Amino acid sequence: MAGIPVPTRRAAANRRAPALIQGLRSGDTFAHLITLFCAASVLLLTVALVFELYVNSTTAQHKFGLRFLTGRTWDPVSGEFGALPFVYGTLVTSALALLVAVPLGVGAAIFLSELAPPRISNALTFVIELLAAVPSVIYGLLGIFITAPFLRQYGEPFLKRTLGFLPLFQGPMYGVGMLAAGFVLAIMVVPFVISLSREVLMAVPVDQREAALGLGATKWESTWQVVVPYARLGIMASIFLALARALGETMAVTMVIGNDPRISSSLFAPGYSIAAVIANEFAEATADLHLQALIELGLVLFALTIVINGLARIVIISTTQKGSRQ
Amino acid sequence: MKKLSNPAIIIVSAALVLTSLVAFHSSASNAAPVPTPETVMLTGAGATFPYPIYSKWFSDYNKIHPDIQINYQSIGSGAGIRQLLSGTVDFGASDAPMNDEQLGQAKIKILHFPTVLGAVVPTYNILGVSQELNFPGEVLAGIYLGRITKWNDPEIIKYNEGVNLPAQDIVVVHRSDGSGTSYVWTDYLSKVFIEWGTKVGRNTSVNWPVGLGGKGNEGVAGLVKQTPGAIGYVELIYAVQNKLPYGRVRNAAGVFVKGDLAGVTAAAAGYAKVIPEDFRISITNAPGETAYPIASFTYLLIPTKIQDANKKEIIKGFLAWMLHDGQKEAEPLSYAPLPKEVVAKELKQISQIQ
Repeated sequence: MAGIPVPTRRAAANRRAPALIQGLRSGDTFAHLITLFCAASVLLLTVALVFELYVNSTTAQHKFGLRFLTGRTWDPVSGEFGALPFVYGTLVTSALALLVAVPLGVGAAIFLSELAPPRISNALTFVIELLAAVPSVIYGLLGIFITAPFLRQYGEPFLKRTLGFLPLFQGPMYGVGMLAAGFVLAIMVVPFVISLSREVLMAVPVDQREAALGLGATKWESTWQVVVPYARLGIMASIFLALARALGETMAVTMVIGNDPRISSSLFAPGYSIAAVIANEFAEATADLHLQALIELGLVLFALTIVINGLARIVIISTTQKGSRQ
Repeated sequence: MKKLSNPAIIIVSAALVLTSLVAFHSSASNAAPVPTPETVMLTGAGATFPYPIYSKWFSDYNKIHPDIQINYQSIGSGAGIRQLLSGTVDFGASDAPMNDEQLGQAKIKILHFPTVLGAVVPTYNILGVSQELNFPGEVLAGIYLGRITKWNDPEIIKYNEGVNLPAQDIVVVHRSDGSGTSYVWTDYLSKVFIEWGTKVGRNTSVNWPVGLGGKGNEGVAGLVKQTPGAIGYVELIYAVQNKLPYGRVRNAAGVFVKGDLAGVTAAAAGYAKVIPEDFRISITNAPGETAYPIASFTYLLIPTKIQDANKKEIIKGFLAWMLHDGQKEAEPLSYAPLPKEVVAKELKQISQIQ
């Protein structure tokens, strides 16, 4: 991440003052410094963020140690704090969201970039980009008024009837809960998947398609076996961006997840996510330890994001190598 | 500048960013909005529950005294207390009184001034039941502990004869955000049901044994409205303004009382004789036939020593005005006004501000 390649010419210019002035006059050095400044500020922000989170949660870290990550109790009255139910809720809802959003999003992107007439494609893309700009509280309202009642009346009873032998689909049906949160998140992240995937699919060189068609492939064979594999890195990037958004989403999740810090095997059950509990309890947390535990949760979410991003990179690197070997 | 390695350049520019941020910060605080020289600005922060009446008070006071402007940020009681302790605001506001630990952290002694009263009512959504239900405290505690799980439980039927209660599962709904409303609710349950006190306790957020969490009064009300068989608790004002059905609660005298402003004021009056000098008292489960049992004060938190003589006089003047004229504005906004006894006591406390 860190480090912007400095052209060797630049380094040479730095050695001689007249050259530096020359560079400044031409604007190159100036632009270089400004962009460097911007990049450095991003790095600094990240470092400052981690530092603040770390420093402001030291008491909680000392008190709970690793127990914080494995604890299942969140009791502000007795001062016992464990993050596990929140980590679980965050991961499960995000995974659910991707499970729904990825096939839907990639499918839509393939249609829009490869199969749809340009006029329809452009119109739909405009609508999708509009969706990406809708504030999350609106999605939360959508969840409360449409998704949750629908799930309670039709969705969950149906799942219970058909897949009720799985522990995932058992227990009382409230409508709100992990399933509802997963669905609302899916709706929220699908525009990102579509929009980005469509861009990368459209960036696949025409030669590739023409070559495939020239070899006698059908339109679909060329799309599925040539264009999509060519664009898979970009598609994966879009999925990880969607995942990042799902992990950190606060408002919409807290409105439909049920806000109950318990680990339940059922997707019907209410749960809680890290971002949601921080938003809910931060303003009224009067005890020091409570506040620190919430800040430490922020640190955990940060670490979770880094771990998932790291895994994502490993996936990308490994598939790239496989691709180049073929 | 000779051949700097990339990391070094980044660190140097990072430092530059930092210094510029610091510089910006200090210049920003210097350049805080400076109104006309004669206007005095006060800032306060805290509880969200009394925000509607506080903003009305501060704007009315500004009309009477155009040179005084009081800004109030409703950022939550906990955050208000923290800001007061760190000295970033002139006064704080909280639904629950500050505890000893917090008062111990204060560099200057802090006074509690009750301003108005609030109450919390149980609201529910039961198939085919439109009557007002009666709830003794132990039944509410039993429901919220997850022990009473059906609406036709004998415990509930006992106090609601003649109501056709269905064999429907009870869905418990509570606040998910930390809130003074939850504090009052859990404080009441702790008082009337010992096991609640030992197992769950009282706080702005607690470890709920059962139930779904909704964000804010509107979140709880929304969940209750949508979920058949649900019970939740909301602020009295919210229930009245949104015409939610809500039940009667049994008070300490054994009478089932429906939450209203008179009953809330009566609860405070019932405790008037025993209110301590610092006003830090819970008035849930108050004595008196008419007292509504789930009620509480909401407070302004004022430091005893105010350096700026000008600000000191303004705060004193405002408090006196709030206790006289301000109280008359409470009822139209659905807040219960303070009982006379409490007002008299508070007027005496004003002289402690120096």
